[in-house]
Amino acid sequence: MTKLENLLKGLVKENPLFVSVLGMCPSLAVTTSLENALGMGIGVLFVLVLSNFMVSLIMSSPKLAELVKPVRIPVYIVIIATLVSVVEMLMHAFLIDLYNALGVFIPLIVVNCIILGRAEAFASANKPVDSVLDGIGMALGFTAAISLISIFREFLGKGTITIWGDAVLNLKFFFNFLNIEPISMFVQPVGAFLSFGLILATLTAFGNFFKERKARKVKANG
Amino acid sequence: MDNIIALAFAGFIAENVILSQFFGICPFLGVSKKRSSALGMGFAVLFVMLISSMVTYALYYLVLEKLGIEYMRTIVFILVIASLVQMVETFIKKISPALYKALGIYLPLITTNCAVLGVAIMNITKENNFGETVVYTTAIGLGFIFVMFIFSMLREKIDKAPVPKAFKGIPIALIVAAILAILFSRFGGII
Repeated sequence: MTKLENLLKGLVKENPLFVSVLGMCPSLAVTTSLENALGMGIGVLFVLVLSNFMVSLIMSSPKLAELVKPVRIPVYIVIIATLVSVVEMLMHAFLIDLYNALGVFIPLIVVNCIILGRAEAFASANKPVDSVLDGIGMALGFTAAISLISIFREFLGKGTITIWGDAVLNLKFFFNFLNIEPISMFVQPVGAFLSFGLILATLTAFGNFFKERKARKVKANG
Repeated sequence: MDNIIALAFAGFIAENVILSQFFGICPFLGVSKKRSSALGMGFAVLFVMLISSMVTYALYYLVLEKLGIEYMRTIVFILVIASLVQMVETFIKKISPALYKALGIYLPLITTNCAVLGVAIMNITKENNFGETVVYTTAIGLGFIFVMFIFSMLREKIDKAPVPKAFKGIPIALIVAAILAILFSRFGGII
């Protein structure tokens, strides 16, 4: 597998959220505004890249790998938990609003299946450089996916899109045009399940459509 | 007393772990295909959650706070939960093989269940005292079992229903969960 493939596969082909359906809890909870989703994405990017790097560094030295193998899951968890604590403290120091908005979901990055999953499935068997690229790709894929959900939810629920801090896109005119209020249900827990379900179904429908077209093309070419 | 009842009610329905706080979505979607496995998972989670909340409570206030190293919270808690799960597994195996058979396969999965770590951390951030921690955690655990049970019955029905192809599997499950969440969120007004 080339380096570029390692980087790009996380974005679409093996998207952690929409294809593997991992890391559901934060993606449902923090998608009430685009800002929160991006903040979560940055946290996951930091943790995933560094944990992939450290795990592959440990596992690529034969002596250490042999030592670590029987207790590798606890070792991974300690590495991840340490990185998450770093993220938590950094956010508390520099991005206090985001820290309050994400709340308990920052420490919960520890149990995000994507991170442990990549450590076990990819980083433990690949070189550090490839693992870092894989981490970047996966984290960006995750960020893109939760951003998509949060844009959908925030637009329908509040009529705005908060990019970062005061940079707010006001799209209320759309609702004024239709002469209705924004549908606040979408920023409530109900909306999380509903939006995720609808988006996932839409993407599945697209996927099926392309698959069928490809199959038909192959058939036509005989 | 009123406070305790309100807390129990909040944990059980109004602030339901799955439907309003989004903890434990993975087992919620993963092991809810059959009624028996949903119940097994539910009880295993309640069990581990209750023990780990009590242990982490004691550790936080007796060790971490005394030493002034609260920032070690996340690392200590996840290690406590991981080793507790292992211990509980060995313990049940020895004491009651029947219970082990029923819960056995679900126990290792609980380590990465965010409900357990989430509730342990929330008991600290909400500054619950020990009694409140026990009540709130039990209520949360029972709420988890309740929702898992309802949802597993719904899913047994959905499996037989003619669903559009794109909605098969997880999408339709999420939409059913949304309808369930509407029901549960309405109870919030009672408190």
